[in-house]
Formats: sequence, C-alpha cells, structure tokens
Amino acid sequence: MKSEQQYIELYNEAGALIKQKSCPVMNAVRDEAFRVFEAKGFPSKKVERYKYTDVDAAFAPNYGISLNPIEIKAPQPCKEGDARKQYVFSLKNAPIDLAPYYNNVADKADALTALNTALVHDGLLIYVPKNECPADPIQIDNWLQGTAATMMNRRVLVILEQGAQATIIINDHAADKQRFLTTQVVEVVCKDNSHLDMYEIEETTPLCSRFSNVYIREGRDCSVKHNSITLFNGQTRNLCDVYLTGENSEVTLNGCVITDKNQRVDNNTLIDHQVSNCNSNELYKYVVDGQSVGAFAGKILVEKDAQKTTSQETNSNLCASSDARMFTQPMLEIYADDVKCAHGSTVGVMDETALFYMRQRGIPEDEARTLLKNAFMGQVIDQIQLRPLRDKLYVKVEKRFRGELDKCEDCRLCK
Amino acid sequence: MHATVGGKEILKGVDLTIKDGEIHALMGTNGAGKSTLSNVIVGNPAYEVTEGSITFNGQDLLAMKTEERAHAGIFMSFQAPIEIPGVSMTNFMRAAVNARRQALGKEPLKSTDFLKIMREKRKLVEIDQKLMNRSVNEGFSGGERKRNEIFQMAMLEPTFCILDETDSGLDVDALRIVAEGFNKLRTEETSAMVITHYQRLLDYIKPDVVHVLIDGKIVKTGGPELALKIENEGFDWIKAELA
Ligand SMILES: Nc1ncnc2c1ncn2[C@@H]1O[C@H](COP(=O)(O)OP(=O)(O)O)[C@@H](O)[C@H]1O
Ligand SMILES: [Mg+2]
Repeated sequence: MKSEQQYIELYNEAGALIKQKSCPVMNAVRDEAFRVFEAKGFPSKKVERYKYTDVDAAFAPNYGISLNPIEIKAPQPCKEGDARKQYVFSLKNAPIDLAPYYNNVADKADALTALNTALVHDGLLIYVPKNECPADPIQIDNWLQGTAATMMNRRVLVILEQGAQATIIINDHAADKQRFLTTQVVEVVCKDNSHLDMYEIEETTPLCSRFSNVYIREGRDCSVKHNSITLFNGQTRNLCDVYLTGENSEVTLNGCVITDKNQRVDNNTLIDHQVSNCNSNELYKYVVDGQSVGAFAGKILVEKDAQKTTSQETNSNLCASSDARMFTQPMLEIYADDVKCAHGSTVGVMDETALFYMRQRGIPEDEARTLLKNAFMGQVIDQIQLRPLRDKLYVKVEKRFRGELDKCEDCRLCK
Repeated sequence: MHATVGGKEILKGVDLTIKDGEIHALMGTNGAGKSTLSNVIVGNPAYEVTEGSITFNGQDLLAMKTEERAHAGIFMSFQAPIEIPGVSMTNFMRAAVNARRQALGKEPLKSTDFLKIMREKRKLVEIDQKLMNRSVNEGFSGGERKRNEIFQMAMLEPTFCILDETDSGLDVDALRIVAEGFNKLRTEETSAMVITHYQRLLDYIKPDVVHVLIDGKIVKTGGPELALKIENEGFDWIKAELA
C-alpha cells in the first residue's frame, strides 16, 4: 500500500467530523482539495519540485490526527486604558469574509497543499486593516505536544490590507519526544503598499517531519521579507512561492539552515515576476554537518511582461563533514528582455588554512570550526531586521554549532 | 628530521638545537624548505614528518596537536597571514587568549581586562584600533598583516617564536616598529627562529647563530658574520663549497 491510501481512508472516515468541527469557508473547498489529493497521491521523487524529499516515506507511519479546537482570546490590556487591538483570529471566527482569499493564493494542484486543505479543521488568521501597523510583532508559537505519534495540519492566512504593515514570527517547537508530522499551508495576501517582515523558525527534534508550503501574493508597492530558519529538526521540506503581481514591489527571501546527524532540510522556492519593475533578492545559506542532507532549489521566473526586473539569487553552503551532502539548484527562467538577473550557488568545505591559523594561535579545533561556521552563517543573520530577534539568533546559532541546542532553548517543558 | 608535503620530500635531514634565550637566523634560497620547517614545528597538518623527532622543553612535539603546541608556548608569525572573513580580530584574539589560559588552568580573562591588554599590546606595534573590529586580516595591507602577526604574538606571550619573513613587505619605519616590538616582548627565556633574506632585520633582532638551509638541509652554521657575508655575496659561494 502506498502511503496516500491511509490518508484517503482517513478522509473517508473522518471527513464528516472534520467538516463538523470546521467552518463554511474551509468546507467549501475541502472536497475538491481531497479529490486533487486522491488523484495525485504523494509526489514521487520524479516530480521536479519534490525530487530531494521522499514524501511517501515521511507520511508512511501511522499518525493520529489532532482536531483540537483553536481558541483565541482577545488580547488583554497591559494597563488601564491601553486598548489592545486584536489582529489574530481563528479562521472560524474571522471578522471578514475569507472566501476571496482562503485557498486562493495557494497552489491548489500541489498534493500536500491539497491534503492540508482536506484535513485542516481550523487555522489562524492574521488580519491587519488598512493603514494599520500592530505596535508589536505578532508571534505564533507552535507547540507540538502529544503522547502518541501525531499529525498536525496547520493553516495560516495573513491579510495585509492596503498600506498595512506587520512583523510576524512563527516558531515551531516540540514539547514531547514524540513523532510529529506537520503539514502547514501559509497564504499571505499583501494588498497595495503593504509591508511584511516575516520569520519562520524551526527548533524541533529529530523525530519531527515538517512539510510547509508558504504562498505569498504581493500587489503594487509592497515589500515582503520572508526569513526561513531551520535551527534544529528531523526532516523538513519548505516550499515558498512568491507572486509579484503589482509593479514596484520587492521581495527578499532569506534562509538559514543548520543540520547535522541525520537531519534533512529541503527548501524549494519560486519567485514569480509577473509584472515589470519589481525586485527580488534571495540568500539561502546552509551548514550541513554529520551525515545530514541539505537541498535547495530556487527558481526565479521572469514572465514576458516583467520588464525592468532586477533579481539576485544566491545559495551558499558549507559542507562541514565529508559525509554530509548538499544539493543545490538555482534556476533562472526569463521571458522578458530588459532585466537584470543574477544567480549563483557554491558548496564549500571548511577552510583548512584558516583552521590551521586559528589552531596555531591555540584555538582548539572544535572551537575553530565553530567560529568558522558561525562566521559563515553570520551573513544571513545580519540581514534580520528585527533587532531583538537578530541578537537572539546570533546566540542561538552559536549554541547550535556548539551542540547546545539539542532541545528547544526557551522550552519550559524541556527543562 | 625529514618531512614531506604533498608526497614530496622537502626536508632531508635537518638537525637543529635552539637553547633558551637564543636567536637563530635561518637563511637560504627560495624553496629551500624554510617555511616547511616552520610549519612542521608548529604542526601544520598538511606536512608530514617521515623521520626524526622534534622536542620542545623535553616534550615530544610530534605527539601534540597544533593547538597544544601553541599552548606550550610556540608561535609562528606567518609568511602569508590568513584571512578569516566573518571572524573579528577581537573575537579571534579572545578565543585564542582564553584557550591558552584554559590549557594552563587559568580562568578566562574578564572582558574589561582583555580589552585593556589588547589596547596595551596594540600600542607596542602601533596597530590601529579600527583593524580590531574587522575580520581577521580582511582588507589589511601587507604591512598591516605583518604587524598584526607581532601583535598576536604580544597577546599570546610565547616562549619560542618563529618569524617567517616577517620583514618582507615592510617599509623601513614599519620594520623598525615591528622589530623593536619583538625585542620588547623578549624575556630571558624567549628563543626564536628568524627567517629572513635581509640583514636589515638582523640589525634589530641580533642572532646568536645563523644557519643556511639549502635543498632541505642545513648546510652551514655560523655566527652573525655569516648573515653579513650572505647579504654581500649571496649563496653561490656556499653552493660552490658543497659541490
Ligand atoms: N602544500 C605544498 N604542496 C606541494 N609542495 C609544496 C607545498 N608547500 C611547499 N611546497 C614546496 O616545498 C618546497 C619548499 O617550500 P618552502 O618551505 O615554502 O620554501 P622556503 O620557505 O624556503 O622558500 C618548495 O619547492 C615548494 O614548492
Ligand atoms: Mg618561505
């Protein structure tokens, strides 16, 4: 039996219950999504965008599915008279009609997005009304908890109305030493002149598998920075697609991946320049150590009408051990003639002469290696705009390289 | 002692003893193996000793890791100092100083004390503070790199120093500053192997013994006058003696 069969059976058995726990806007697209999944099954390694991840194997174990309700309380005022606005809602209790957005940014033909759409019963909405800017970053902490192997299907919809701004941090933690399988679909709608600074930080365990699909649609005069940081994980497959649909917009994709032991991280990105005068910038860096495997495939698509596009894509990688492997595939596909695009990737090993220099000064080899890895990754962390987060990540990245981050750092449950 | 690099024998039987407090000058033709000898002593993993031994203060150096040799008090001023992008000079030095302290069973330096020592030692070789915030040797001129080597030596207080062509690339003033800096750092027990092609360095750092290395062997050993003769006459007369 191929792995999809158990999910097809699951839907046939539990579909009605999921619908009952869900809401009309989600149920409206559910059956269709299921049919897409049923027809396609899990993508094999022959499917271009999935060639570095064995999806079937990851979904093979028997997972229980979590249908816990999502409750979001309105924020409490910190002090008298400080009326705090609510920007985060459950999809079920959305303050606006979500039908124009829900599942309309995502790629409906992607099997994993389809599976998520079929199985997810509720999710989060981050809604920033016109010209508003939440005073604080919005932080979502996902805690994977459970006493048995559990599958979590997460859905996030972000809507920035015209002129809105937001900073969003999504953290993934695992509270229990348990097998967890997460599917996530994040849809981001940036209306004209809106600005988003977004961070996704994974700090889970080797028992966790994560399949995340992020879809971002930008209107005119927008700017989006998406930062994907994998500090600790089991198996991770992140897809991030950005559609530039309005002129004078820009997008920055930053990635920081640190793996060792048998960890695997596969990042697959697409930046689709549909219109002229947009700018995209992408920098993904990996340090792969132990027997871990990293993969990066990033496509910049410049469509026929996207004149005056500027784009820069870089993937640089450090293979810190001879057993670690890195696959890299930067791609440029250009159909317009007046564009400035560059892309490149490198896979390097530890600089032996630098190691020797440091050791001659008395720095022990392990420490010297840590310094070099840290220096290599520093370039991505430097890009982080949110100062307190940047400072925290410098510390975390260094701890990670020292092997002190095998458990999640701020986790009261791990202590 | 015999040593190879890249499978090729470069040192073909070097026999050398340097006593506490002595300065030995090592001269010789290009490619003779002077840098190889230095690298072998400090434990560059790219070089392999195939025969013989190296002893430092009674310890078998060849049994020690590169960093352990450094902790024991051996320092090499690199002929071509290495750039380390992304690692600031300050962090690099802090790691080096504290690693050595730890190996000697001492507490790591408090940050304020460390910075104070940095300041003092910088003055010694007149190296600019702004270089300390840069990555190691990144964007340093040739002269700045050489000064930086002696600055690091000042920070680490070694007892045996190898200066591998530290004078090359330095103008007269810089040469004086670096050489006088070195002399100030010397104690009675400091010994050194000074590799140079020029007497002008040996005018400041006065050698007790001068060796000539040609084709992987020390072919001549003498006093300071040997360096002067080489300065005037080159190596041909030595090669002629050998023939
Ligand atoms: N990494 C290496 N691989 C191969 N040959 C080397 C390497 N390093 C040095 N050599 C060779 O070893 C010989 C001695 O070099 P070196 O010790 O640097 O000479 P010197 O410092 O006396 O000028 C030269 O012929 C040089 O080409
Ligand atoms: Mg040399």
